[in-house]
Amino acid sequence: MGEVKRGYVRPLDLKNGRVDMTHGSGGRSMVQLISELFAKHLGNEYLGQGNDGAVLPAPTFNGKPGRIVMATDSHVVSPLFFPGGDIGCLSVHGTVNDVAVMGAKPLYLAAGFILEEGFPLAELARIVESMARAAREAGVPVVTGDTKVVERGKGDGIFITTAGVGVLPDGLELGGSLARPGDVILVSGSLGDHGVAIMSKRENLSFDAPIESDTAALNGLIEAMLATGAGLRCLRDPTRGGLAATLNEIATQSGVGMMLYEQALPVKPVVSAACEFLGLDPLYVANEGKLVVICNALDAELLLNVMRAHPLGRDACFIGDVIADDHHFVQMTTAFGGKRIVDWLAGDQLPRIC
Amino acid sequence: MKYIDEFRDGELATNLGASIAATAQPGRNYSFMEFCGGHTHAISRYGLSDLLPPTVRMVHGPGCPVCVLPIGRVDLAIRLALERGVILCTYGDTLRVPASDGLSLMKAKARGGDIRMVYSTIDALQIARDNPGREVVFFAIGFETTTPPTAVAIQQADAEGLKNFSVLCCHVLTPSAISNILESPEVRQWGTVPLDGFIGPAHVSTVIGSRPYEFFAEEYRKPVVIAGFEPLDVMQAILMLVRQVNEGRAEVENEFSRAVTRDGNLKAQDRVAEVFELRREFEWRGLSVVPYSALRIRAKYAGFDAERRFKLDYRSVPDNKACECGAILRGVKRPQDCKIFGTVCTPENPIGSCMVSSEGACAAHYSYGRYKDVH
Repeated sequence: MGEVKRGYVRPLDLKNGRVDMTHGSGGRSMVQLISELFAKHLGNEYLGQGNDGAVLPAPTFNGKPGRIVMATDSHVVSPLFFPGGDIGCLSVHGTVNDVAVMGAKPLYLAAGFILEEGFPLAELARIVESMARAAREAGVPVVTGDTKVVERGKGDGIFITTAGVGVLPDGLELGGSLARPGDVILVSGSLGDHGVAIMSKRENLSFDAPIESDTAALNGLIEAMLATGAGLRCLRDPTRGGLAATLNEIATQSGVGMMLYEQALPVKPVVSAACEFLGLDPLYVANEGKLVVICNALDAELLLNVMRAHPLGRDACFIGDVIADDHHFVQMTTAFGGKRIVDWLAGDQLPRIC
Repeated sequence: MKYIDEFRDGELATNLGASIAATAQPGRNYSFMEFCGGHTHAISRYGLSDLLPPTVRMVHGPGCPVCVLPIGRVDLAIRLALERGVILCTYGDTLRVPASDGLSLMKAKARGGDIRMVYSTIDALQIARDNPGREVVFFAIGFETTTPPTAVAIQQADAEGLKNFSVLCCHVLTPSAISNILESPEVRQWGTVPLDGFIGPAHVSTVIGSRPYEFFAEEYRKPVVIAGFEPLDVMQAILMLVRQVNEGRAEVENEFSRAVTRDGNLKAQDRVAEVFELRREFEWRGLSVVPYSALRIRAKYAGFDAERRFKLDYRSVPDNKACECGAILRGVKRPQDCKIFGTVCTPENPIGSCMVSSEGACAAHYSYGRYKDVH
């Protein structure tokens, strides 16, 4: 008779194993999934506390107390793995960016996972590793988390919700309602890369030049911009709905109009070609690592120089002006010299028939 | 982007605008109809009307396949998805066309209909192959450009013995729609819609050639210029039309000589003729019933005809009373003349089909040009 080995648990089969209902049931399997997968990759002193919540030091900014900024973002992307990233790093970048565009220094993340029964553990491990890498690179640890499992057919593989906390120094005010006529609009780089990368993968289209998602954490770039003390009014990351949705939001919140210059808009030739092909407008396509900046016109040059010196802002450029307009229209002077509205999108962008 | 940027050159456009202004005779007004929604879209998206002199006016025509699709046809597709449990495949912007009972294909999908957007008929065929136990119906809409791919799909399904695939055919014909407009009392008798010429869609002519337009030019004395969809193509076509009007000519001219010939694509025409035949009549939104203006599937391919296969009964459904899509599609009214434009009817909540597709006159004006109405 073999001796029962005390405390031995067969490790998770990360090669061929799959998520099953026991991984969410609160029993041993769940603890195993957490320790062998989540804690292994994401581990840090706070997550290691192993309590229901993480106890964190009171946030300070350069040693001084500041205000807390909190944001949350749910990620349901399909496909889960796409050129340039995956749902894991995306779920870190998305929330870090939401905190950072408020002018805050992102400090901590929380992550909630909804897993579908049958989801391959190997893919889960890839996703968690990618999350861990992204969190490390951004310098923002995941300090607490949660896992739930839903029955097969009731989820789409994996959904990840992250929440982030950051600290905002007293005196710094950025927001969508602060744009004023005379301000200028800058972007940190090319538009539409993320959405087109996803779409081309979804539609199984391949192009000669690969299109990669721009997913990235912008806190480093933003920190460099804030350090200049330039007259920033508002920062936003133009995700869903693209640049057009972001500018329409700001125009409405601030009660101003905007004038974009089509010729100044940075769109990579391959993205522009894919958009032509798919019947899409890059202005409405999502970005995950780009920054829209509204700032005092006098500081535009200074900010552009700082942005261009940062790897994520190399192609930063001026794209338009904030103007007075009671109707809060975002307009564009086309490359053709005509004018048109850059309106909100109605629902999803649907390809035209002919 | 190669082969694209050349046709979007702002400087050339300004020069063309100046040539049009210089060529247009003082004291004379010019009204041209761009038949196709693709041109409407290009005119709005690039702000082309800003580059034209005030005496040159563009009238939007009915050439948007989504816009002319009557409610009754969308109802058929919705019934197939919701009541007959088929997988219904269709092109993108058909999904939002308003139908009866406040439904659209998009809303029917939320109610459990298995409705899938496809980029081409090849995708629809693949869905049929992948789901041998389900009926797969391709909701085929569009003018001559989308008809040959549907014909090929039916022949392909026939060759493969793909028994679960069928087509709900709503393909319509450009020349019949143009004659219908030219025959309308607003144009012919009362002259309330002045039309001095047409811009014909180049992609349609890559298939049917330029020959079918020769009849209009001769019979109705209206010049036609077949033009591409890039903004410079449209500007060039307008200049060519102004010249024809000035010189009293009514000819078919081809601006899109880079791909359109007089006879078109004979192979594609053959395929279409093998699979389809003329319908005696077809209801168009806005133009009502137009004789010999659409195609149906020939008896030889009856097994692939969803109307026969599911014994579908077409019921005509009147449009919302306040909606002016009909008059707009015939060029009688402009989007901003409609009482519900931009108030009750918006792209988020379209009442009429012209507000659905970005090619529709209302959606194009709402999305790109409505700032002109308020300033």
